Amino acid sequence: MIEIQDIHKSFGSLEVLKGVSLNVEKGEVVSVIGGSGSGKSTMLMCINGLEKIQRGRILVDGTDVHARNTDLNKLRRKIGIVFQQWNAFPHLTVLENVMLAPRKVLGRSRQDAEAVAVQRLTDVGLAEKLKVYPSKLSGGQQQRMAIARALAMEPDYMLFDEVTSALDPQLVGEVLDTLRMLSSKGMTMIVVTHEIAFAREVSDRVAFFHQGRIHEIGSPEHVIGNPQQPETIAFLKSVL
Amino acid sequence: MFSYTFHWRAAFQALPQMLAGAVVTLEIAVLSMIIGIVCGIFLALASGSHSKILRGAAAVWIETARNTPALLQIYMAYFGLGSLGIHINSFAALLAGIAFNNAGYLAETFRGGLRGVPETQARAARSLGMTAPQAFRIIVLPQMMRIVFYPLTNQMVWAVLMTSLGVIVGLDNDLTGVTQNLNVLTFRTFEFFTIAAGFYYVIAKIITLSARALGWRLFRY
Repeated sequence: MIEIQDIHKSFGSLEVLKGVSLNVEKGEVVSVIGGSGSGKSTMLMCINGLEKIQRGRILVDGTDVHARNTDLNKLRRKIGIVFQQWNAFPHLTVLENVMLAPRKVLGRSRQDAEAVAVQRLTDVGLAEKLKVYPSKLSGGQQQRMAIARALAMEPDYMLFDEVTSALDPQLVGEVLDTLRMLSSKGMTMIVVTHEIAFAREVSDRVAFFHQGRIHEIGSPEHVIGNPQQPETIAFLKSVL
Repeated sequence: MFSYTFHWRAAFQALPQMLAGAVVTLEIAVLSMIIGIVCGIFLALASGSHSKILRGAAAVWIETARNTPALLQIYMAYFGLGSLGIHINSFAALLAGIAFNNAGYLAETFRGGLRGVPETQARAARSLGMTAPQAFRIIVLPQMMRIVFYPLTNQMVWAVLMTSLGVIVGLDNDLTGVTQNLNVLTFRTFEFFTIAAGFYYVIAKIITLSARALGWRLFRY
C-alpha cells in the first residue's frame, strides 16, 4: 500500500505540492488528471524518492521513503516507473534494456534475466524486436519497451507519468492497451494521464490535481462523470 | 650552395633500431592515455561535484595541464620532483608528464561529453534500482564515450607526438631518443629525422584509421 501523507514540495521558491494526501491500496488503479504544472508528475517522482519532499511523508508498504535510513535502491525495486520521455538506453538493444536491471540490481543469471525479459517483451508485443536498438523503434514501441523494462523487475507498484503525452496520436492506443492489460492483471498503478476517457475506463479512483493539491477525488463516475468542483468542471470542459 | 649529399644507406641500416624505438614510443603513448582517461573522468566528475575542495583541486590540475607547455610539465615530473627528493627515471617522468597533460585536456572533453548525455538517462537507471555508480558506469559512461570518441583519438595522436619530448629528460630508447643517438654518431641528421618523421606519421595514421574502424564496430546504435 502506498500512503501519501500531507506532502509538500518546492523547487526554489515555487511550491509545487501544497499538502497532498492519497492512499493507494494493493490492486487499485488510481488515475491522476489535471492541468500542466499542477504537481501530478512531481508527486510520482516523490513516491520513489527521485525527488525529495520538504514536509509530510510517504509510506510504501510501511517503509518511509524519505527517512534517512531507507535503502532507496532496494525500495525502487518494487516501484516501477515509466516516464513521458521513455528514456530507452540507446546503447543497448531492446533485450539488453530489459535484462539489465534484473541482472545488475537483482543479481539474476543471464538465462533467467533473458527468459523474464523475453516474456515481458512478448507481453507488450515486442517479441520481434529483441536484437534491435531503440533508435529503430517508433515512439510507441519504445514506450512499450520502457514498460516491459519496468515490469521485468517484477514490481508491486507501477507509476505512469503521462506515458502517452509525447506520442503521435496513432501510437497512443497501443500503449494504452498495454496499460489495460496490466490493470486487468491486478497491478497496482498510479497513472498520471491526459487521456480522460482512458482514465474513466480503467481507474478505480480518479484524482483531480489543481494548484498543488488534490482538488477532487472519487470514482470515475463521480469525478469525470459528475464533477462537483467548478475547477474540475472547467478542466474537463477544456480537455474533452 | 646546396652541397649536402644524402646517405640513405646508413640510415636504412638503422631501421630495426628505430622500429624498436617506435614501439617504446607507442607504449608510452598508450599508457599515458589509459592513465589520462581514468584521471580525466575523475577530474570531470570532480569539477562537477558539490565539494569546493574537489572542484578546486580539479581546476588547478586542468588549468595547469592546459595552459602551460607540456615540456615544462615533463620537466617538473623529472627535475621538479627530483629536487623534492622523489627520483623517478626518465621513462616514468615522461609518462607522468604526458598523462598529466592528457588528463587535463580529456577532463574538459569528458565534461562536455557528460553534458551530452541527458540527465534523464541516469534518472531512469536509478528508478530501476541501480546505485549511482552503477548508473554512471553502465548507462552514462558508454554514451559519453561515444560522444568523446573522436576527440579522444586526437588526444592519442597528440600523446604520441608529445613522447618526442622525452629527450629533454634523457630518454634514449624511444623513437626520438634512438634517432638522436644515431644522429650524434653519424651526423646524418636529415636522413634520420626524415625517417623518424615517417614513423611518427605512420603511427598517427594507424591510430586514426583503427579508431575509425573501432568506432564503427562499437557504436552501431
